[in-house]
Formats: sequence, structure tokens, C-alpha cells
Amino acid sequence: MSELSVPHLLGIKYLKSTDIDLIFKTADHFKAVINRPIKKVPSLRDITIANLFFENSTRTKLSFELAEKRLSADVINFSAGQSSVKKGETLIDTVNNILAMKVDIVVMRHANVGAGVFLSKHVDAKIINAGDGTHEHPTQALLDSYSIREKLGNVKGKKVLIVGDVLHSRVALSNIFALQLQGAEVKVCGPTTLIPKYIASLGVAVETNLKKALEWCDVANVLRVQHERMDINYFPSTREYTQLFGINQEILDNLGKKIVIMHPGPINRGVEITSAVADSNESIILEQVENGVAIRMAVIYLLAQQVKR
Amino acid sequence: MSNKTLLNSKDIEIILHRLACQLIENHNDFSNTILIGLQPRGSYLANRLADVLKNEYQIKDLQLGLLDITFYRDDFRRRKAPLEAAATEMDFLIEGKDVVIIDDVLFSGRSVRAALTAMQSYGRPESIELLVLIDRRFSRHLPIQPDYRGRQVDAINEEKVLVTWKETHKKDAVYIEIK
Repeated sequence: MSELSVPHLLGIKYLKSTDIDLIFKTADHFKAVINRPIKKVPSLRDITIANLFFENSTRTKLSFELAEKRLSADVINFSAGQSSVKKGETLIDTVNNILAMKVDIVVMRHANVGAGVFLSKHVDAKIINAGDGTHEHPTQALLDSYSIREKLGNVKGKKVLIVGDVLHSRVALSNIFALQLQGAEVKVCGPTTLIPKYIASLGVAVETNLKKALEWCDVANVLRVQHERMDINYFPSTREYTQLFGINQEILDNLGKKIVIMHPGPINRGVEITSAVADSNESIILEQVENGVAIRMAVIYLLAQQVKR
Repeated sequence: MSNKTLLNSKDIEIILHRLACQLIENHNDFSNTILIGLQPRGSYLANRLADVLKNEYQIKDLQLGLLDITFYRDDFRRRKAPLEAAATEMDFLIEGKDVVIIDDVLFSGRSVRAALTAMQSYGRPESIELLVLIDRRFSRHLPIQPDYRGRQVDAINEEKVLVTWKETHKKDAVYIEIK
């Protein structure tokens, strides 16, 4: 198979496992490209891509922009902070105005759940969801699985633990879908206030004891404590959170085995993970960032194939 | 649909030796030469030719690369079915080198054009030559001609030239497929 089964990348839940295989296989080639002296291919020279970020982002936006430029696409950037959105323009109006400038692909991050799906029904462009509220962040989940595959050889049969603020995390939900689709086992660990009630219905077990959870897993994906999304106090203090759910070197040394540590970034050093662990050999945090560009190149390349001439 | 055999395994054997000798004539000990097979089909010919040079003509330090040109093609979004990429195996730069591009069939010349673009990512070679097993005359879309050719064929456009190798099809042969 050499074509995606979907017209947009709105979430992992719309993908088939063959889609993920194709994306990974294509990303392998692009990873080779970005490790060459000249890190660019001319494939997308007649494609224009708009990066619409209605919510703050640093690495995802940079990663997408780099991926687009390394495929030779033309890129326009938009951040809600400096735009007419502040003047009350609707999402469809904003996007249609941008599409009137002949844009083929839209990469969008938005604070509202389902913004990507909504857009895909109303505008004539390929949509890539770069994070919609607390819902999905598909490219992050793809690059996480790709990094596990690279480090451990395979995702199938691996035990993956997601630690921390699962409730507010689009990374967690997309990761759960992606890992289960590839045959991995998923558990979550965190304060009960930050574990969503529906989690059991996804076939995901909950473990509130961090040590037990870490003993179970092959890979621990550590989430950021998202203070900005918390309208009430979900735990008594940051210090207590760190004591119960923070990952430090001591806890890892006492496991009696090596596990892989991941973090989607940005890290709150000393809160969910100590600096020593984040910078250790077990951590593949920077590999995740590198793989992010290759994965996004693959996704964009595969969707661009479907753009009509 | 029927197939006409153009070259059998003996013919191909003789042609490989001739091409090897022609390369030696121009490249001596190959100290500044790099052979690059175009993925996927050109790599079989490139590997075979490298074997002949090493085993029959004692060329010791032969540098061989395999180049995938999928992302450099000019027909992205213009084909009926998308192409799948193959691996590129080039763990060296071609700066200042004499490069020989190797492919099985030269038809429109577009693959070779894509290869020329792709190679810019690996430096500025001193020279680039083209070696093909089958040169389909009168079918070029671009001003590209081979420097070394196995056999020249005047096939009409509806006919397809098919190269099979021992490694993949149990038999070395070149056919013309007539529809």
C-alpha cells in the first residue's frame, strides 16, 4: 500500500494500522534525508501550506515548518495572537480568507476540541490536526510510537505507561489510540483527579502507585503538568505532585531493569521529571524531537499526494 | 500479450563483460570513480557490474552507491498510483568524483534527470556519465544520452521492455512485451 486511507490527518482514531506502517516507512526515508549534508528534497515545490496556530506552540510549529521547508513547500504562518481573530472573526472566515490565497494544506492547532473535523467539512483543503484542545495530537503520537519502534525494534507487545496529567492531555489520548492500534499495552498513572473517568472504556488500566507502574512498563511517557489548562486545583501542591508522581533517578535505579523515558515537551524540570532523568541515557526526549520532523515530512508528503492538480 | 526475448542470460553475461571493459578503459583503477545504481531496478545491474569488475578484473576499491530518486521525480501528483520510495545507500560524498549512473532501461530520460537533481545533495562531482543495459531509441523526452549502452532497441511506445534478474526472477533476461 502506498496511499493513506484518509483524506486528512484529524486524529489517530481515524487511521488504520496499515496507515501507520506506511507513515513509518516513509518517515524512515525522510530521516535519511534530514541526516544528509543537504537536507532537502524538491517533491512539494508546487504545494502551499498554511500553519494556523490559534494556540501557543513552539516546537510543534517549528517542527512542522521545518518539515514543510525540507519538502520544498511554500509556507505561510499565522499565529492567533497577532491576528483578526482578536477582532472577532470566525474560524471558517479566517481559514477561507487564507484559502483564497490558494493554499493546499492547512496545519492547525486550536483550543477547541474537534476544530479540525469541523474545518475539514467546510473548507476545500487537506487538514492536519496539530492539536485540538484536550482531544488529539496525532503527529505527536506517531512520532512517539516511531521513537519506541526505533529504540526497541517494535511497538507490538510493548508495555507503555503514560504518567501524569492524562485528563488535559491530547498527547495521552492520541498515544493510547496509536499504541493500541499497533498492539501495545497501555496503562496510565497519575492523581485520580487527573485521570479521565472514561479511561476504562478505552481498555486502559489505571495504576495510582508510580513505583508499581514503572515496574510494569517497558516505556514511560511522562506528561507535562498543564497548569494553564487547570481551572481548579487538581492536587494540593506541586511539591506533593512531585513527591508522588515525579520521576527521579533513585526510583529508576531501584527498578532492577532499564526502561525508556519519553516526554513530549516542554519539560517542567524538577516537577514531573528531574533534570538528571531527562538528560540520562534512558531518555529519548531529543530523539523524539528529531523524529518529529521526519514523521511530519512523511504525513505531509503522503497527504500532498492526494492534492488534486 | 506476448513476450519476445531480446537478450538471454548468455547475451547479458557478454554485455556485462563488455561494459566492464569499457568502464576500465575510461576509469583505470577506479580510484576516483563512484558507481551509482538507481533504485530499485538499476541497483541489480550496478551490483552485478561491480561483481564482474571485482572478481574478473581485480578492481579492488570499488565504491558503489544506491540512490533512490522518488522524492526528486517531476511527476509527483501526476501519476495514477503513487510510487513507493526505496532505500538510499550512499555513505559517502561525490565531491570531485567521477560518477557513473547505472540504470537498466533508458526510456524518457526523466529518471536520469531526477538522479542528477538528487545527486546535488551529495556534492559537486567532477563528471557524471550514464550507463544503461537497454537504450530505447526515439523515446526520449529530454536531451539525455547514455555514455555506455548494452543494447540499443527501437521499440515503439506501446511495447514495454522488461528486464529480469536471477536475484528476483530466477533468470537473467530482457524481453519486449507486445500488447
